[in-house]
Amino acid sequence: MSEWTQHLPTAARIATHAAQSTAPLPTAGPRSTAPAAERAAASKADTARRPARPLSPRSLALISWLAPLALVVVWELFARAGALSPQVLPAPSRVAQTAWQLVLQGQLISDLGVSLLRAATGFAIGGTIGFTLGTLVGFSRLAEALLDRSVQMVRAVPFLAMLPLVIVWFGVDEAGKIFLVSLGVMFPIYINTVLGIRQVDPKLVEVGRVNGLSTTALIRRIVLPGALPSILAGVRYALAVAWLALVIAETIATEAGIGFLAMDAREFLRTDVIVLTIVVYAAIGVASDAVARALERRLLSWHPNYAARGGR
Amino acid sequence: MNAPRFDTAPTAATAPAAAATAVAVHGLRRRYGERTVIDGLDLTIVRGEFVALLGESGCGKTTLLRALAGLDTIDGGRIDGPPQPAVVFQEHRLLPWEPLWRNVALGLEGDTAQSLAQQALAEVGLGDRLHDWPRNLSGGQAQRVALARALVREPRLLLLDEPFAALDALTRIRMHALVKALVRRHQPGVLLVTHDVDEAIALADRVLVMREGAIAGEYAVPPEAQTLRTHPAAVALRETLLAELGVAVEA
Repeated sequence: MSEWTQHLPTAARIATHAAQSTAPLPTAGPRSTAPAAERAAASKADTARRPARPLSPRSLALISWLAPLALVVVWELFARAGALSPQVLPAPSRVAQTAWQLVLQGQLISDLGVSLLRAATGFAIGGTIGFTLGTLVGFSRLAEALLDRSVQMVRAVPFLAMLPLVIVWFGVDEAGKIFLVSLGVMFPIYINTVLGIRQVDPKLVEVGRVNGLSTTALIRRIVLPGALPSILAGVRYALAVAWLALVIAETIATEAGIGFLAMDAREFLRTDVIVLTIVVYAAIGVASDAVARALERRLLSWHPNYAARGGR
Repeated sequence: MNAPRFDTAPTAATAPAAAATAVAVHGLRRRYGERTVIDGLDLTIVRGEFVALLGESGCGKTTLLRALAGLDTIDGGRIDGPPQPAVVFQEHRLLPWEPLWRNVALGLEGDTAQSLAQQALAEVGLGDRLHDWPRNLSGGQAQRVALARALVREPRLLLLDEPFAALDALTRIRMHALVKALVRRHQPGVLLVTHDVDEAIALADRVLVMREGAIAGEYAVPPEAQTLRTHPAAVALRETLLAELGVAVEA
Protein backbone atom coordinates (compact mmCIF):
# COMPACT_ATOMS: atom_id res chain seq x y z
CA MET A 1 0.00 0.00 0.00
CA SER A 2 2.59 2.55 1.04
CA GLU A 3 4.58 1.79 -2.12
CA TRP A 4 1.93 2.91 -4.54
CA THR A 5 0.84 5.89 -2.43
CA GLN A 6 4.26 7.35 -3.23
CA HIS A 7 3.11 7.83 -6.80
CA LEU A 8 -0.18 9.54 -6.03
CA PRO A 9 -0.70 13.33 -6.04
CA THR A 10 -0.28 14.91 -2.64
CA ALA A 11 -3.96 15.64 -1.95
CA ALA A 12 -4.89 12.12 -2.81
CA ARG A 13 -2.14 10.83 -0.57
CA ILE A 14 -3.42 12.89 2.32
CA ALA A 15 -6.90 11.60 1.66
CA THR A 16 -5.67 8.02 1.64
CA HIS A 17 -3.87 8.66 4.90
CA ALA A 18 -7.03 10.06 6.30
CA ALA A 19 -8.89 7.00 5.25
CA GLN A 20 -6.29 4.87 6.95
CA SER A 21 -6.26 6.86 10.14
CA THR A 22 -10.06 6.92 10.13
CA ALA A 23 -10.25 10.59 11.09
CA PRO A 24 -12.30 12.36 8.44
CA LEU A 25 -10.38 15.19 6.83
CA PRO A 26 -12.61 18.13 5.95
CA THR A 27 -9.84 19.88 3.95
CA ALA A 28 -9.78 17.24 1.22
CA GLY A 29 -11.16 19.06 -1.81
CA PRO A 30 -13.69 17.88 -4.32
CA ARG A 31 -10.84 17.35 -6.81
CA SER A 32 -9.79 14.03 -5.28
CA THR A 33 -13.08 12.29 -5.89
CA ALA A 34 -11.86 8.72 -5.94
CA PRO A 35 -10.00 8.82 -2.60
CA ALA A 36 -12.86 10.82 -1.08
CA ALA A 37 -15.27 8.07 -1.94
CA GLU A 38 -12.81 5.60 -0.54
CA ARG A 39 -12.59 7.64 2.60
CA ALA A 40 -16.33 7.83 2.96
CA ALA A 41 -16.56 4.08 2.56
CA ALA A 42 -13.80 3.60 5.09
CA SER A 43 -15.41 5.84 7.66
CA LYS A 44 -18.73 4.11 7.15
CA ALA A 45 -17.04 0.76 7.63
CA ASP A 46 -15.53 2.17 10.77
CA THR A 47 -18.86 3.10 12.31
CA ALA A 48 -20.18 -0.31 11.42
CA ARG A 49 -17.21 -1.90 13.10
CA ARG A 50 -17.83 -0.03 16.32
CA PRO A 51 -21.52 -0.49 17.17
CA ALA A 52 -22.95 1.35 20.17
CA ARG A 53 -21.90 -0.70 23.15
CA PRO A 54 -25.00 -2.17 24.85
CA LEU A 55 -25.51 -0.83 28.34
CA SER A 56 -25.00 -3.25 31.18
CA PRO A 57 -28.13 -4.43 33.01
CA ARG A 58 -26.96 -2.59 36.09
CA SER A 59 -26.70 0.77 34.36
CA LEU A 60 -30.06 0.19 32.69
CA ALA A 61 -31.58 -0.47 36.10
CA LEU A 62 -29.92 2.68 37.40
CA ILE A 63 -31.38 4.71 34.52
CA SER A 64 -34.83 3.25 35.12
CA TRP A 65 -34.69 4.64 38.67
CA LEU A 66 -32.98 7.92 37.77
CA ALA A 67 -35.61 8.86 35.18
CA PRO A 68 -38.57 9.13 37.58
CA LEU A 69 -36.28 10.76 40.14
CA ALA A 70 -35.38 13.39 37.57
CA LEU A 71 -39.08 13.98 37.00
CA VAL A 72 -39.58 14.65 40.71
CA VAL A 73 -36.60 17.02 40.73
CA VAL A 74 -38.05 18.94 37.77
CA TRP A 75 -41.41 19.10 39.55
CA GLU A 76 -39.69 20.46 42.67
CA LEU A 77 -37.78 23.07 40.63
CA PHE A 78 -40.94 24.26 38.89
CA ALA A 79 -42.75 24.53 42.20
CA ARG A 80 -39.93 26.49 43.78
CA ALA A 81 -39.69 28.79 40.79
CA GLY A 82 -43.37 29.58 41.31
CA ALA A 83 -44.44 28.08 38.00
CA LEU A 84 -46.76 25.71 39.85
CA SER A 85 -49.29 27.15 42.27
CA PRO A 86 -49.19 25.24 45.60
CA GLN A 87 -53.00 25.12 45.33
CA VAL A 88 -52.70 23.14 42.14
CA LEU A 89 -49.67 20.98 42.76
CA PRO A 90 -47.51 21.46 45.84
CA ALA A 91 -43.80 20.77 45.71
CA PRO A 92 -42.69 17.21 46.50
CA SER A 93 -40.75 18.50 49.48
CA ARG A 94 -43.95 20.08 50.81
CA VAL A 95 -45.77 16.77 50.43
CA ALA A 96 -42.95 15.01 52.25
CA GLN A 97 -43.14 17.55 55.08
CA THR A 98 -46.87 17.05 55.36
CA ALA A 99 -46.36 13.30 55.43
CA TRP A 100 -43.89 13.65 58.28
CA GLN A 101 -46.23 15.90 60.24
CA LEU A 102 -49.12 13.49 59.81
CA VAL A 103 -46.91 10.61 60.88
CA LEU A 104 -45.88 12.54 64.00
CA GLN A 105 -49.53 13.28 64.77
CA GLY A 106 -50.20 9.58 64.39
CA GLN A 107 -52.96 10.22 61.90
CA LEU A 108 -51.28 8.86 58.78
CA ILE A 109 -50.33 5.58 60.42
CA SER A 110 -53.76 4.98 61.94
CA ASP A 111 -55.56 5.85 58.70
CA LEU A 112 -53.19 3.62 56.77
CA GLY A 113 -53.88 0.84 59.24
CA VAL A 114 -57.64 1.24 58.79
CA SER A 115 -57.32 1.13 55.00
CA LEU A 116 -55.00 -1.88 55.02
CA LEU A 117 -57.31 -3.75 57.36
CA ARG A 118 -60.26 -3.10 55.04
CA ALA A 119 -58.30 -4.26 52.02
CA ALA A 120 -56.96 -7.35 53.78
CA THR A 121 -60.35 -8.36 55.17
CA GLY A 122 -62.05 -7.85 51.83
CA PHE A 123 -59.29 -9.71 50.05
CA ALA A 124 -59.46 -12.63 52.46
CA ILE A 125 -63.23 -12.95 52.16
CA GLY A 126 -63.45 -12.43 48.40
CA GLY A 127 -60.37 -14.56 47.79
CA THR A 128 -61.69 -17.45 49.85
CA ILE A 129 -65.06 -17.37 48.12
CA GLY A 130 -63.46 -17.04 44.66
CA PHE A 131 -60.99 -19.87 45.32
CA THR A 132 -63.62 -22.18 46.78
CA LEU A 133 -66.11 -21.63 43.96
CA GLY A 134 -63.29 -21.84 41.41
CA THR A 135 -62.07 -25.15 42.82
CA LEU A 136 -65.58 -26.61 42.84
CA VAL A 137 -66.31 -25.51 39.29
CA GLY A 138 -62.84 -26.54 38.13
CA PHE A 139 -63.33 -30.09 39.32
CA SER A 140 -66.99 -30.75 38.84
CA ARG A 141 -69.03 -30.34 35.70
CA LEU A 142 -72.14 -30.42 37.89
CA ALA A 143 -70.84 -27.52 39.96
CA GLU A 144 -70.06 -25.72 36.72
CA ALA A 145 -73.60 -26.22 35.47
CA LEU A 146 -74.98 -25.01 38.79
CA LEU A 147 -72.72 -22.04 39.44
CA ASP A 148 -70.75 -20.83 36.50
CA ARG A 149 -73.45 -19.04 34.54
CA SER A 150 -74.69 -17.15 37.59
CA VAL A 151 -71.17 -16.14 38.58
CA GLN A 152 -70.40 -14.99 35.06
CA MET A 153 -73.60 -12.95 34.97
CA VAL A 154 -72.77 -11.18 38.21
CA ARG A 155 -69.24 -10.70 36.92
CA ALA A 156 -70.58 -8.89 33.85
CA VAL A 157 -71.83 -6.14 36.18
CA PRO A 158 -69.09 -3.57 36.76
CA PHE A 159 -68.81 -4.03 40.49
CA LEU A 160 -68.59 -0.29 41.06
CA ALA A 161 -72.09 0.02 39.58
CA MET A 162 -73.26 -1.82 42.71
CA LEU A 163 -72.15 1.12 44.84
CA PRO A 164 -75.62 2.68 45.40
CA LEU A 165 -77.05 -0.73 46.22
CA VAL A 166 -74.20 -1.45 48.60
CA ILE A 167 -74.90 1.81 50.42
CA VAL A 168 -78.58 0.90 50.73
CA TRP A 169 -77.71 -2.60 51.98
CA PHE A 170 -74.87 -1.87 54.34
CA GLY A 171 -75.11 1.86 54.92
CA VAL A 172 -71.76 3.60 55.00
CA ASP A 173 -70.18 1.31 57.58
CA GLU A 174 -67.17 -0.91 57.27
CA ALA A 175 -69.28 -3.79 56.00
CA GLY A 176 -70.16 -2.02 52.76
CA LYS A 177 -66.53 -1.21 52.01
CA ILE A 178 -65.39 -4.73 52.76
CA PHE A 179 -68.22 -6.10 50.66
CA LEU A 180 -67.15 -4.00 47.70
CA VAL A 181 -63.53 -5.11 47.98
CA SER A 182 -64.59 -8.76 48.32
CA LEU A 183 -66.77 -8.48 45.26
CA GLY A 184 -63.95 -7.02 43.20
CA VAL A 185 -61.43 -9.61 44.40
CA MET A 186 -63.67 -12.64 44.00
CA PHE A 187 -63.92 -12.75 40.22
CA PRO A 188 -60.29 -12.64 39.14
CA ILE A 189 -59.49 -15.37 41.67
CA TYR A 190 -62.51 -17.44 40.65
CA ILE A 191 -61.76 -17.24 36.94
CA ASN A 192 -58.07 -17.96 37.26
CA THR A 193 -58.64 -20.87 39.62
CA VAL A 194 -61.12 -22.51 37.24
CA LEU A 195 -58.79 -21.84 34.31
CA GLY A 196 -55.75 -23.12 36.16
CA ILE A 197 -57.44 -26.36 37.18
CA ARG A 198 -58.82 -26.93 33.70
CA GLN A 199 -55.43 -26.34 32.16
CA VAL A 200 -53.61 -28.94 34.25
CA ASP A 201 -52.07 -31.43 31.86
CA PRO A 202 -54.40 -34.48 31.80
CA LYS A 203 -51.34 -36.61 31.07
CA LEU A 204 -49.91 -35.74 34.49
CA VAL A 205 -53.23 -36.59 36.12
CA GLU A 206 -53.01 -39.97 34.36
CA VAL A 207 -49.57 -40.51 35.84
CA GLY A 208 -51.02 -39.83 39.27
CA ARG A 209 -53.74 -42.41 38.69
CA VAL A 210 -51.28 -44.99 37.34
CA ASN A 211 -49.16 -44.45 40.44
CA GLY A 212 -52.14 -45.12 42.66
CA LEU A 213 -52.66 -41.65 44.14
CA SER A 214 -55.90 -41.12 46.04
CA THR A 215 -58.16 -38.31 44.88
CA THR A 216 -56.95 -36.07 47.70
CA ALA A 217 -53.32 -36.79 46.89
CA LEU A 218 -54.04 -36.22 43.22
CA ILE A 219 -55.46 -32.78 43.97
CA ARG A 220 -52.69 -31.87 46.38
CA ARG A 221 -49.72 -33.10 44.39
CA ILE A 222 -50.82 -32.65 40.79
CA VAL A 223 -53.88 -30.48 40.24
CA LEU A 224 -53.25 -27.58 42.61
CA PRO A 225 -49.52 -27.19 41.85
CA GLY A 226 -50.38 -27.32 38.17
CA ALA A 227 -53.02 -24.63 38.62
CA LEU A 228 -50.83 -22.47 40.85
CA PRO A 229 -49.26 -20.22 38.18
CA SER A 230 -52.73 -19.27 36.99
CA ILE A 231 -54.07 -18.83 40.52
CA LEU A 232 -51.19 -16.56 41.48
CA ALA A 233 -51.74 -14.48 38.36
CA GLY A 234 -55.31 -14.10 39.61
CA VAL A 235 -54.04 -13.06 43.04
CA ARG A 236 -51.89 -10.37 41.51
CA TYR A 237 -54.73 -9.00 39.47
CA ALA A 238 -57.08 -9.22 42.44
CA LEU A 239 -54.68 -7.15 44.57
CA ALA A 240 -54.90 -4.33 42.05
CA VAL A 241 -58.69 -4.62 41.97
CA ALA A 242 -58.88 -4.65 45.77
CA TRP A 243 -57.03 -1.40 45.88
CA LEU A 244 -59.22 0.22 43.26
CA ALA A 245 -62.34 -0.92 45.09
CA LEU A 246 -60.99 0.48 48.34
CA VAL A 247 -60.26 3.91 46.86
CA ILE A 248 -63.83 4.14 45.61
CA ALA A 249 -65.34 2.72 48.78
CA GLU A 250 -63.38 5.12 50.96
CA THR A 251 -64.61 8.18 49.14
CA ILE A 252 -68.17 7.53 50.31
CA ALA A 253 -68.73 8.89 53.79
CA THR A 254 -65.87 7.65 55.90
CA GLU A 255 -64.44 8.67 59.22
CA ALA A 256 -61.07 6.99 58.93
CA GLY A 257 -58.72 5.65 56.33
CA ILE A 258 -56.60 7.08 53.55
CA GLY A 259 -59.73 7.94 51.57
CA PHE A 260 -61.09 9.88 54.53
CA LEU A 261 -57.80 11.76 54.71
CA ALA A 262 -58.19 12.77 51.07
CA MET A 263 -61.85 13.76 51.38
CA ASP A 264 -61.14 15.74 54.52
CA ALA A 265 -58.26 17.51 52.81
CA ARG A 266 -60.49 18.41 49.89
CA GLU A 267 -62.78 20.32 52.26
CA PHE A 268 -59.86 22.49 53.33
CA LEU A 269 -58.17 22.66 49.92
CA ARG A 270 -55.10 20.90 51.35
CA THR A 271 -53.67 19.84 48.02
CA ASP A 272 -50.52 18.60 49.74
CA VAL A 273 -52.52 16.06 51.74
CA ILE A 274 -54.46 15.00 48.65
CA VAL A 275 -51.24 14.42 46.74
CA LEU A 276 -49.90 12.55 49.76
CA THR A 277 -52.86 10.16 49.79
CA ILE A 278 -52.36 9.51 46.08
CA VAL A 279 -48.71 8.74 46.73
CA VAL A 280 -49.67 6.42 49.58
CA TYR A 281 -52.15 4.54 47.38
CA ALA A 282 -49.47 4.19 44.72
CA ALA A 283 -46.88 2.98 47.22
CA ILE A 284 -49.23 0.35 48.61
CA GLY A 285 -50.07 -0.78 45.08
CA VAL A 286 -46.38 -1.20 44.31
CA ALA A 287 -45.78 -2.97 47.62
CA SER A 288 -48.64 -5.42 47.14
CA ASP A 289 -47.43 -6.20 43.65
CA ALA A 290 -43.95 -6.84 45.06
CA VAL A 291 -45.45 -9.21 47.63
CA ALA A 292 -47.29 -11.07 44.89
CA ARG A 293 -44.11 -11.33 42.82
CA ALA A 294 -42.14 -12.61 45.80
CA LEU A 295 -44.86 -15.19 46.36
CA GLU A 296 -44.60 -16.28 42.73
CA ARG A 297 -40.82 -16.55 42.91
CA ARG A 298 -41.03 -18.62 46.04
CA LEU A 299 -43.91 -20.93 45.11
CA LEU A 300 -43.03 -21.28 41.44
CA SER A 301 -39.28 -21.76 41.77
CA TRP A 302 -39.69 -24.97 39.74
CA HIS A 303 -41.15 -23.02 36.84
CA PRO A 304 -38.66 -21.93 34.17
CA ASN A 305 -40.48 -18.61 33.70
CA TYR A 306 -40.35 -17.66 37.36
CA ALA A 307 -37.10 -19.20 38.58
CA ALA A 308 -34.85 -16.55 40.08
CA ARG A 309 -31.68 -18.12 38.73
CA GLY A 310 -29.94 -21.46 38.58
CA GLY A 311 -32.53 -24.04 39.40
CA ARG A 312 -31.60 -25.92 42.47
CA MET B 1 -37.11 -64.58 45.78
CA ASN B 2 -39.62 -63.82 43.10
CA ALA B 3 -42.57 -64.20 45.39
CA PRO B 4 -45.04 -61.52 44.39
CA ARG B 5 -45.01 -58.64 46.83
CA PHE B 6 -48.36 -57.41 45.65
CA ASP B 7 -51.83 -58.49 46.45
CA THR B 8 -52.48 -61.00 43.75
CA ALA B 9 -55.51 -60.51 41.58
CA PRO B 10 -58.05 -63.33 41.46
CA THR B 11 -56.09 -66.14 39.88
CA ALA B 12 -57.29 -67.39 36.56
CA ALA B 13 -58.39 -71.00 36.66
CA THR B 14 -56.78 -71.51 33.27
CA ALA B 15 -53.34 -70.36 34.41
CA PRO B 16 -51.60 -73.15 36.28
CA ALA B 17 -48.50 -71.12 37.14
CA ALA B 18 -50.50 -68.27 38.60
CA ALA B 19 -47.69 -67.05 40.82
CA ALA B 20 -45.48 -66.42 37.81
CA THR B 21 -48.17 -64.81 35.69
CA ALA B 22 -47.76 -61.07 35.28
CA VAL B 23 -51.01 -60.57 33.45
CA ALA B 24 -53.59 -62.76 31.73
CA VAL B 25 -56.13 -61.29 29.32
CA HIS B 26 -59.16 -63.29 28.24
CA GLY B 27 -61.45 -62.27 25.39
CA LEU B 28 -60.87 -58.56 25.87
CA ARG B 29 -63.25 -56.28 23.99
CA ARG B 30 -63.17 -52.50 23.72
CA ARG B 31 -65.46 -50.32 21.64
CA TYR B 32 -65.44 -46.65 20.84
CA GLY B 33 -69.01 -45.90 19.84
CA GLU B 34 -69.83 -48.17 16.92
CA ARG B 35 -66.26 -49.13 16.22
CA THR B 36 -64.80 -52.19 17.91
CA VAL B 37 -61.13 -51.47 18.52
CA ILE B 38 -60.22 -54.65 20.38
CA ASP B 39 -62.19 -57.79 19.65
CA GLY B 40 -61.73 -60.93 21.69
CA LEU B 41 -58.05 -60.56 22.50
CA ASP B 42 -56.19 -63.16 24.57
CA LEU B 43 -52.74 -62.55 26.01
CA THR B 44 -50.65 -63.94 28.83
CA ILE B 45 -47.34 -62.53 30.02
CA VAL B 46 -45.31 -64.20 32.77
CA ARG B 47 -42.95 -62.46 35.14
CA GLY B 48 -39.52 -61.83 33.71
CA GLU B 49 -40.84 -62.09 30.17
CA PHE B 50 -40.35 -59.23 27.72
CA VAL B 51 -43.11 -59.03 25.12
CA ALA B 52 -43.12 -56.51 22.29
CA LEU B 53 -46.33 -55.51 20.57
CA LEU B 54 -46.04 -54.34 16.97
CA GLY B 55 -48.76 -53.02 14.74
CA GLU B 56 -49.79 -50.23 12.45
CA SER B 57 -51.15 -47.00 13.89
CA GLY B 58 -54.78 -47.45 14.86
CA CYS B 59 -54.63 -51.23 15.23
CA GLY B 60 -55.48 -50.97 18.92
CA LYS B 61 -52.06 -51.36 20.56
CA THR B 62 -52.35 -48.25 22.67
CA THR B 63 -55.95 -49.08 23.53
CA LEU B 64 -54.79 -52.45 24.83
CA LEU B 65 -52.03 -50.85 26.87
CA ARG B 66 -54.40 -48.29 28.36
CA ALA B 67 -56.86 -51.04 29.26
CA LEU B 68 -54.09 -53.01 30.98
CA ALA B 69 -52.99 -49.86 32.81
CA GLY B 70 -56.50 -49.40 34.14
CA LEU B 71 -56.78 -46.03 32.39
CA ASP B 72 -59.69 -47.12 30.20
CA THR B 73 -62.73 -49.21 30.96
CA ILE B 74 -63.29 -52.43 29.03
CA ASP B 75 -66.46 -53.56 27.31
CA GLY B 76 -65.97 -57.29 27.61
CA GLY B 77 -63.63 -60.06 28.68
CA ARG B 78 -61.39 -60.17 31.71
CA ILE B 79 -57.97 -58.89 32.76
CA ASP B 80 -56.32 -60.84 35.57
CA GLY B 81 -53.39 -58.76 36.61
CA PRO B 82 -52.12 -56.26 39.13
CA PRO B 83 -54.58 -53.43 39.73
CA GLN B 84 -51.73 -50.98 39.39
CA PRO B 85 -49.18 -51.90 36.75
CA ALA B 86 -46.30 -49.49 36.19
CA VAL B 87 -46.37 -47.44 32.99
CA VAL B 88 -43.70 -45.52 31.12
CA PHE B 89 -45.20 -43.25 28.47
CA GLN B 90 -43.71 -41.77 25.34
CA GLU B 91 -43.34 -38.45 27.17
CA HIS B 92 -41.56 -38.56 30.50
CA ARG B 93 -44.55 -37.00 32.29
CA LEU B 94 -42.52 -35.86 35.28
CA LEU B 95 -44.17 -33.34 37.59
CA PRO B 96 -42.25 -30.12 36.90
CA TRP B 97 -42.94 -28.78 40.39
CA GLU B 98 -41.35 -31.65 42.27
CA PRO B 99 -37.68 -32.53 42.55
CA LEU B 100 -36.58 -35.80 41.02
CA TRP B 101 -36.76 -37.92 44.14
CA ARG B 102 -40.32 -36.77 44.87
CA ASN B 103 -41.23 -37.62 41.29
CA VAL B 104 -39.83 -41.11 41.66
CA ALA B 105 -41.48 -41.56 45.05
CA LEU B 106 -44.90 -40.55 43.64
CA GLY B 107 -47.45 -42.91 45.15
CA LEU B 108 -45.02 -44.42 47.65
CA GLU B 109 -45.88 -44.05 51.28
CA GLY B 110 -43.97 -44.23 54.52
CA ASP B 111 -40.52 -43.30 55.75
CA THR B 112 -38.69 -45.45 53.24
CA ALA B 113 -40.03 -43.53 50.24
CA GLN B 114 -37.00 -41.27 49.90
CA SER B 115 -34.41 -44.00 50.27
CA LEU B 116 -36.27 -46.21 47.78
CA ALA B 117 -36.42 -43.32 45.34
CA GLN B 118 -32.73 -42.68 45.85
CA GLN B 119 -31.91 -46.32 45.11
CA ALA B 120 -34.06 -46.27 41.99
CA LEU B 121 -32.43 -43.08 40.74
CA ALA B 122 -29.00 -44.56 41.39
CA GLU B 123 -30.00 -47.58 39.32
CA VAL B 124 -30.66 -45.38 36.30
CA GLY B 125 -27.43 -43.46 36.85
CA LEU B 126 -28.94 -40.31 38.35
CA GLY B 127 -28.20 -40.97 42.02
CA ASP B 128 -26.55 -37.57 42.41
CA ARG B 129 -29.53 -35.59 41.05
CA LEU B 130 -32.02 -36.31 43.85
CA HIS B 131 -32.94 -32.68 44.48
CA ASP B 132 -32.66 -31.43 40.92
CA TRP B 133 -35.68 -30.21 38.93
CA PRO B 134 -37.05 -32.05 35.90
CA ARG B 135 -36.48 -29.02 33.67
CA ASN B 136 -32.72 -29.41 34.08
CA LEU B 137 -32.74 -32.86 32.47
CA SER B 138 -32.13 -33.92 28.89
CA GLY B 139 -34.75 -36.02 27.13
CA GLY B 140 -32.89 -39.25 27.83
CA GLN B 141 -32.31 -38.40 31.47
CA ALA B 142 -35.97 -37.52 31.98
CA GLN B 143 -37.00 -40.83 30.46
CA ARG B 144 -34.56 -42.60 32.82
CA VAL B 145 -36.28 -40.91 35.77
CA ALA B 146 -39.64 -42.08 34.40
CA LEU B 147 -38.19 -45.58 34.27
CA ALA B 148 -37.01 -45.28 37.87
CA ARG B 149 -40.49 -44.09 38.88
CA ALA B 150 -42.01 -47.16 37.22
CA LEU B 151 -39.60 -49.66 38.75
CA VAL B 152 -39.39 -48.26 42.28
CA ARG B 153 -42.64 -50.03 43.15
CA GLU B 154 -41.28 -53.40 41.99
CA PRO B 155 -44.20 -53.84 39.60
CA ARG B 156 -45.42 -57.26 38.56
CA LEU B 157 -46.30 -55.81 35.16
CA LEU B 158 -44.42 -53.02 33.38
CA LEU B 159 -46.11 -51.32 30.44
CA LEU B 160 -43.92 -49.35 28.03
CA ASP B 161 -45.80 -47.14 25.57
CA GLU B 162 -43.20 -46.28 22.91
CA PRO B 163 -40.93 -44.86 25.61
CA PHE B 164 -37.92 -44.40 23.33
CA ALA B 165 -39.69 -42.98 20.28
CA ALA B 166 -38.82 -39.37 21.07
CA LEU B 167 -35.15 -40.01 21.83
CA ASP B 168 -32.20 -39.60 19.50
CA ALA B 169 -30.66 -42.76 18.02
CA LEU B 170 -27.63 -42.93 20.35
CA THR B 171 -29.64 -42.28 23.49
CA ARG B 172 -32.11 -44.92 22.36
CA ILE B 173 -29.39 -47.56 22.12
CA ARG B 174 -28.19 -46.72 25.64
CA MET B 175 -31.75 -46.85 26.92
CA HIS B 176 -32.24 -50.29 25.37
CA ALA B 177 -29.27 -51.65 27.31
CA LEU B 178 -30.45 -50.00 30.51
CA VAL B 179 -34.01 -51.32 30.20
CA LYS B 180 -32.76 -54.84 29.52
CA ALA B 181 -30.54 -54.79 32.58
CA LEU B 182 -33.29 -53.38 34.80
CA VAL B 183 -35.87 -55.89 33.61
CA ARG B 184 -33.40 -58.73 34.22
CA ARG B 185 -32.88 -57.50 37.77
CA HIS B 186 -36.48 -56.69 38.74
CA GLN B 187 -38.19 -59.43 36.73
CA PRO B 188 -41.48 -57.75 35.89
CA GLY B 189 -43.53 -58.99 32.97
CA VAL B 190 -43.05 -56.37 30.28
CA LEU B 191 -45.32 -55.28 27.45
CA LEU B 192 -43.56 -52.88 25.08
CA VAL B 193 -45.69 -51.11 22.48
CA THR B 194 -43.52 -49.95 19.60
CA HIS B 195 -43.44 -49.13 15.91
CA ASP B 196 -39.82 -50.12 15.60
CA VAL B 197 -39.20 -53.69 14.42
CA ASP B 198 -35.50 -53.51 15.30
CA GLU B 199 -36.30 -52.32 18.80
CA ALA B 200 -38.75 -55.18 19.25
CA ILE B 201 -36.13 -57.75 18.17
CA ALA B 202 -33.38 -56.22 20.30
CA LEU B 203 -35.44 -56.17 23.50
CA ALA B 204 -38.18 -58.76 23.42
CA ASP B 205 -38.30 -62.51 24.03
CA ARG B 206 -41.56 -62.67 22.13
CA VAL B 207 -42.99 -60.36 19.47
CA LEU B 208 -46.71 -60.02 18.90
CA VAL B 209 -48.20 -58.47 15.80
CA MET B 210 -51.59 -56.88 16.29
CA ARG B 211 -54.04 -56.32 13.49
CA GLU B 212 -57.64 -55.18 13.57
CA GLY B 213 -57.99 -55.51 17.30
CA ALA B 214 -56.57 -58.99 17.74
CA ILE B 215 -53.21 -60.74 17.91
CA ALA B 216 -52.46 -61.72 14.32
CA GLY B 217 -49.03 -63.22 14.75
CA GLU B 218 -46.68 -64.36 17.47
CA TYR B 219 -42.91 -64.90 17.11
CA ALA B 220 -40.31 -66.04 19.59
CA VAL B 221 -37.06 -64.12 19.29
CA PRO B 222 -34.00 -66.41 19.26
CA PRO B 223 -31.41 -65.22 21.78
CA GLU B 224 -28.75 -64.88 19.08
CA ALA B 225 -31.05 -62.53 17.14
CA GLN B 226 -31.39 -60.32 20.21
CA THR B 227 -27.71 -59.70 20.61
CA LEU B 228 -26.58 -59.45 16.99
CA ARG B 229 -28.53 -57.33 14.54
CA THR B 230 -26.89 -58.94 11.52
CA HIS B 231 -27.37 -62.54 12.64
CA PRO B 232 -29.27 -64.53 9.96
CA ALA B 233 -32.00 -65.32 12.48
CA ALA B 234 -32.42 -61.60 13.17
CA VAL B 235 -32.49 -60.71 9.50
CA ALA B 236 -35.07 -63.40 8.77
CA LEU B 237 -37.27 -62.36 11.69
CA ARG B 238 -37.07 -58.71 10.68
CA GLU B 239 -38.24 -59.56 7.17
CA THR B 240 -41.08 -61.70 8.44
CA LEU B 241 -42.25 -59.01 10.85
CA LEU B 242 -42.05 -56.28 8.23
CA ALA B 243 -44.05 -58.47 5.86
CA GLU B 244 -46.62 -59.03 8.62
CA LEU B 245 -46.88 -55.27 8.99
CA GLY B 246 -47.44 -54.92 5.28
CA VAL B 247 -44.06 -53.46 4.37
CA ALA B 248 -42.46 -55.02 1.31
CA VAL B 249 -38.76 -55.79 1.79
CA GLU B 250 -36.39 -55.91 -1.14
CA ALA B 251 -34.20 -58.98 -1.29
